[in-house]
Amino acid sequence: MKTVSTLLMMICTLIPLKHYGEMPAVHRGMPARNAAMVSIPGGSYRPFLHRKDQPAAVKIHPFSLDVNAVTNGEFLDFVKANPKWARSKISPLFADAGYLKQWTGDFEIGDDKIINSPVTNVSWFAADAYARWKGKRLPTQAEWEYAAAAAPVGMQKGARLTRIILAWYDHPNPVILPPVQSTYKNAYGLYDMHGLIWEWVEDFNSVIIQGNSGTNADSFSCAAGSLGSVNKEDYAAFMRFAFREGLQARYAINGLGFRCARDLNRFD
Amino acid sequence: MKVVYLNLRKPQGNILRIILLFLIPACISFTACRSNKKAGGSSTDTTAITGEYSPVSTFAPNVPEAKNNAKPKKVIVEIEVVEKVMKLADGVDYTFWTFGGKVPGPFIRVHEGDEVELHLNNNANNKMPHNIDLHAVSGPGGGAEATMTVPGHSSVFRFRALNPGLFVYHCATAPVGMHIANGMYGLILVDPKDGLPYADKEFYLMQGEFYTTGKNGEPGLQPFDMDKAIKEQPEYVVFNGSVGSTTGDNALHAKVGDRVRIYIGNAGPNLVSSFHVIGQIFDKVYVEGGSEINHNVATTLIPAGGGEIVEFICKEPGTFNIVDHSIFRAFNQGALAQLVVTGPADKNIYSGKQADQFYYPPIQDEKKDKPAVEPAAAPEPSFADRFKDGQTLFASNCSSCHQTTGLGLPGSFPPLAKSDFLMSRQDMGIGVVLHGINNEAITVNGKHYQGVMPNLSLTDDQVASILTYVRNSWGNKSPGIKASDVKKVRNQ
Repeated sequence: MKTVSTLLMMICTLIPLKHYGEMPAVHRGMPARNAAMVSIPGGSYRPFLHRKDQPAAVKIHPFSLDVNAVTNGEFLDFVKANPKWARSKISPLFADAGYLKQWTGDFEIGDDKIINSPVTNVSWFAADAYARWKGKRLPTQAEWEYAAAAAPVGMQKGARLTRIILAWYDHPNPVILPPVQSTYKNAYGLYDMHGLIWEWVEDFNSVIIQGNSGTNADSFSCAAGSLGSVNKEDYAAFMRFAFREGLQARYAINGLGFRCARDLNRFD
Repeated sequence: MKVVYLNLRKPQGNILRIILLFLIPACISFTACRSNKKAGGSSTDTTAITGEYSPVSTFAPNVPEAKNNAKPKKVIVEIEVVEKVMKLADGVDYTFWTFGGKVPGPFIRVHEGDEVELHLNNNANNKMPHNIDLHAVSGPGGGAEATMTVPGHSSVFRFRALNPGLFVYHCATAPVGMHIANGMYGLILVDPKDGLPYADKEFYLMQGEFYTTGKNGEPGLQPFDMDKAIKEQPEYVVFNGSVGSTTGDNALHAKVGDRVRIYIGNAGPNLVSSFHVIGQIFDKVYVEGGSEINHNVATTLIPAGGGEIVEFICKEPGTFNIVDHSIFRAFNQGALAQLVVTGPADKNIYSGKQADQFYYPPIQDEKKDKPAVEPAAAPEPSFADRFKDGQTLFASNCSSCHQTTGLGLPGSFPPLAKSDFLMSRQDMGIGVVLHGINNEAITVNGKHYQGVMPNLSLTDDQVASILTYVRNSWGNKSPGIKASDVKKVRNQ
């Protein structure tokens, strides 16, 4: 039976891959200077954590977002062009000891298998610097959540995105992080919004800011964590927000990477 | 630290950031010093800490020895959080989130008044942030806020073990129920100032339930099922993290005469436990793990997120099943552990099985059962109707002993077929059915029987029918018996 379930899992993993060929704009496999972006139409986002003195919905202006998370290969280009962000050069104020630990050297990824995998073990400072170098920025938490809420292409009727996300947590991290586009494409054309890595957002620590009123009433721990949430059953969202609560901008973490956003102007 | 977050959110420039980073911790430590001074001389236990040590922490079912420090010490506890696949039941795997790589986590034992410095290390290969809420802590979140830790990081906080007792600890990161449901819990014992009395054996058990997508027993790696968790409908309820963790070869062991103490925790996340050891009576129960001691309890209720200390003396050898007496959980869902006690049996306390005999329904007092007013006699039915009724009545009242063949069982129950005893006198049969036979020796077809037959409390009409049937079956032949014949014998 174990073999059967392993096979099933493999098949499930393969299904999203059939959308692969439909994405000519994506230069999969090759480190690209200009990774493809898609336009995300504006709309409104209902914050998952919400206080009475805040608006119930946040207006999202149209923006564009990277189709893929930034890969090790792409990040290597950045480090080569900006050596002060190399492993041995970076200030401990901007990244902790785990920074790019999956690489074998300052300018060497080492294992070819992870060139097209999302870069992880990058601090918020490093992600932010990469985005600026690209003329982009990190998405806000509201933008990211808004874009990530879109359903996977071909999701079965009645299926729930939360289920799909939670399935990720039911398995330990793989030894070698799979490449980008190894999970699913969502309705906006974004890949791997869930199920591959966690992603930095510009205002990741706004959870703490909200709670910083001198008391611990808004803390996100334990049962009280559900007090401010708009959907007590969105366990996947609880996890993302809890994860962000635990972060500091200098942290470099195994499963944490990023993708970039850009404001849309009328010429886009 | 929140102030630091605030300033890092919108970086104004590297230099300003660096200055802030150094300034703010300085402000915090200044404030901390001031508040320490204020606290000095307050009513809380400020006994000086003398020395420090790292205690031995053990995994279930083992309990570390008590330190019983004369003076409070600093106790340094290190726990690593590990997310890993382990066995939940035979053929069933689960991705557990653990304190220390096992479920439940380590048993932490400190002494009242100790200062505990807790290091929570979140393994870099983990996916999730984690923290720890110890119910032994007096402070916000029980330490949860102080220990929120992302993978690859370590948090440290200190607390004073002010209250003695047995306490649960668990991860309290949102969504908290899922972190507990995945196995993140354990027990911390704060020994009272004078220590707990001696016990020969101490064991660590912790109940918890698991919510899997597959039904109980469905093989393979089973995902967590959020819907079942919210509905509080687990597939597994187990002791010490898996079905069979503490049964068979893994059972607990003690000797006759041992005082056994079990530290039993209930992690929940949802269910309360009706904790019971089959065949033992707890002479002591530290109610809800606190200081109140109850005596002579067989089943004790343990709240979710609570613990209890139970004690008993093993008086008899044998295998003692430990269950949640919400008993379908024990029978169907895995809530079963075992204690094997070896040593001499004491027949004065427990005899074991002494006899296995046939059970006769009690012989009732006929006068008591007799109706106060005799019902008016019904018209006498035909022989054929009597025979038919008698056959039915015989099947329900007589055939279990005399058999449907009327042949009885040799040595126990005499035959009715061609029975000289039955057929010799019409009124003999009536008397026997009416009154039964109370341990009298009888001879049937030349064989002796120690006759024991219950008084069946039948009506005259029923007795007449039965006798009409048995006296005209299996080769017997005689006139039918009338209700009036029976009445005559009854009134003799």
